[in-house]
Amino acid sequence: MSLQFSATLARRHFDAELQVADGERVAVLGHNGSGKSTLLNILAGTLRPDSGTASLDGTRLFDLNAGHRHWLAPHARGISLMAQDPLLFPHLSVIENVAFGPRVTGASKSQAYAKAEEWLEQVGVTEFAQRRPSQLSGGQAQRVAIARALAAEPKLLLLDEPMAALDVAVAPLLRRVLGRLLQHQATVVVTHDLLDALLLSERIIVFDQGRVAESGPTDEVLRHPRTRFTARIAGLNLVRGRYADGGVRTDTGLVVQGTHRDDEVPGAGEPAAAVFAPAAVSIFAHPPEGSPRNSLPVTIIELEPRGDLVRVRGDDHHGHSLAADVTPLSVAELDLYPGREVTYSLKAAAVTIYPL
Amino acid sequence: MTMGEQARGRAPRVYSGLPRWLFVPAALGATLVVLPLFALTTRLDWTRFFELITSDSSMAALRLSLETSVASTVICIVLGVPLALVLAREQFPGQALVRTLVLLPLVLPPVVGGIALLYTFGRRGLLAPVMDLFGIQIAFSTAAVVIAQSFVALPFLVVSLEGTLRTVGRRYELVAATLGARPSTVLGRITLPLVLPGLVSAAVLSFARALGEFGATLTFAGSLQGVTRTLPLEIYLQRVTDPDAAIALSLVLIAVAVAVTLVTARISDRAIG
Repeated sequence: MSLQFSATLARRHFDAELQVADGERVAVLGHNGSGKSTLLNILAGTLRPDSGTASLDGTRLFDLNAGHRHWLAPHARGISLMAQDPLLFPHLSVIENVAFGPRVTGASKSQAYAKAEEWLEQVGVTEFAQRRPSQLSGGQAQRVAIARALAAEPKLLLLDEPMAALDVAVAPLLRRVLGRLLQHQATVVVTHDLLDALLLSERIIVFDQGRVAESGPTDEVLRHPRTRFTARIAGLNLVRGRYADGGVRTDTGLVVQGTHRDDEVPGAGEPAAAVFAPAAVSIFAHPPEGSPRNSLPVTIIELEPRGDLVRVRGDDHHGHSLAADVTPLSVAELDLYPGREVTYSLKAAAVTIYPL
Repeated sequence: MTMGEQARGRAPRVYSGLPRWLFVPAALGATLVVLPLFALTTRLDWTRFFELITSDSSMAALRLSLETSVASTVICIVLGVPLALVLAREQFPGQALVRTLVLLPLVLPPVVGGIALLYTFGRRGLLAPVMDLFGIQIAFSTAAVVIAQSFVALPFLVVSLEGTLRTVGRRYELVAATLGARPSTVLGRITLPLVLPGLVSAAVLSFARALGEFGATLTFAGSLQGVTRTLPLEIYLQRVTDPDAAIALSLVLIAVAVAVTLVTARISDRAIG
């Protein structure tokens, strides 16, 4: 096991524990203020927890339990941090930035520059080696920041929303670069983005109010989310309740019919979840009659353009905000607006049910 | 007209939104500062200017002023940079009080500072027993001039550099640390280079303040030609015996002050750009 971590920090309501295996890449998801940044800061050594212990590859990072006061300074941890802002040192050239890590940890000037050139080549920006950071575009700067972080040969790499500040046109290319370079690099990536999680992690940890709310293999967590936050990240609607007669029934009496895999049969009356994609939902102005489909009356909360479609969020009066993706034409024909009562309709075959 | 020609032309006038009457007090304010300087030049005997500023006593005062101001600027940098760093980056109990006390000479009448220094380093001052032990006499020596100048100039450097440090922020320093740089390396390779323009302009400011120091110097160091009589003191003395010399030396000080201000403005402009 590469990283063992547990820490509490009362002022930030933080109390979490996690492990990262050798070479494993973990995505940390959570709302703003859920403790993701606190986690990164404690790991990097810029924030001191009230109590806890952590070790990385056998090196003790801190031990603040039961009267111990061991604390390793950030520079001695072997943990690099890359934020959404590239933060290239403005007074150094691109290659000096990348050579900084090797240089300050004892490499000779020529060794450090050789290594920096290698990494610049890996991220595809060798031609900018002599430039100043102010002469780079956002995407180029972020590539240099990746090279700089990796040239320091960290035992653990922390990424804080690495794509958040980039153009949508640039992010996919950079994500591929990161995906390729980080294949065997132990990484903790904090993100809001489903694609980041899918391409840059094998495991997902969901934070909620300073605690780990959910954790598991990335595809598993995204396919079968247990919390609404995870479902939202995964782009799915989630209804939690108990299994009854081929459907999930909530405490308030909402029933969603669906299907389950043969190896994931929920027990009758046992906790179960129903998930469905927004694209599977059709909207009707009036409840369709005699339909075998699920009919969910909702009040529209908001309409939000999403590429060629419009995402409609509806309140189902049972505490869920359910999303439906429809065409702008349907929005116009059905005269959809916030506050309007409509019916969501979806086939039972489009709803997946699994035990919780 | 092409875009290129437009770009090379004068900057377009932008509506400022200021009421017209505001220009009256603004002009009065400028006059208050500029008119006395102008008055000084009208009274100057230009034919004797060079002779006046190169007399023995003038040259002695000028040399002493430059030497002591450079020395106190060095002291301000050596002590003020660490002080500004500690105030800007650390958190400790009583920090606000320390900052207030350190910046006190900014608003304190210099003569009060001089008296305070006398009761610290003087013959019967707080540190007298220690200094007697080593046989050191400071009051009324050139060292006293340097101490007096450092006392009044240090807060200028600290307050200005602390502001620069806060503007630059800690983020680059934290990145450097996570790349494996020790605190001293971060200080030398990241923090100081980043604040260098601010540091230069802060040092120039404190040099200018040291150069103009009068009250604390007179009180604590006295007025011995070639030992403690700096340019401002010389001007004050000449004012009675040879007003023409006083005016000529005043202009020298003004010229230095203008040069210092211009250099500082240029540096901070470049730092912003």
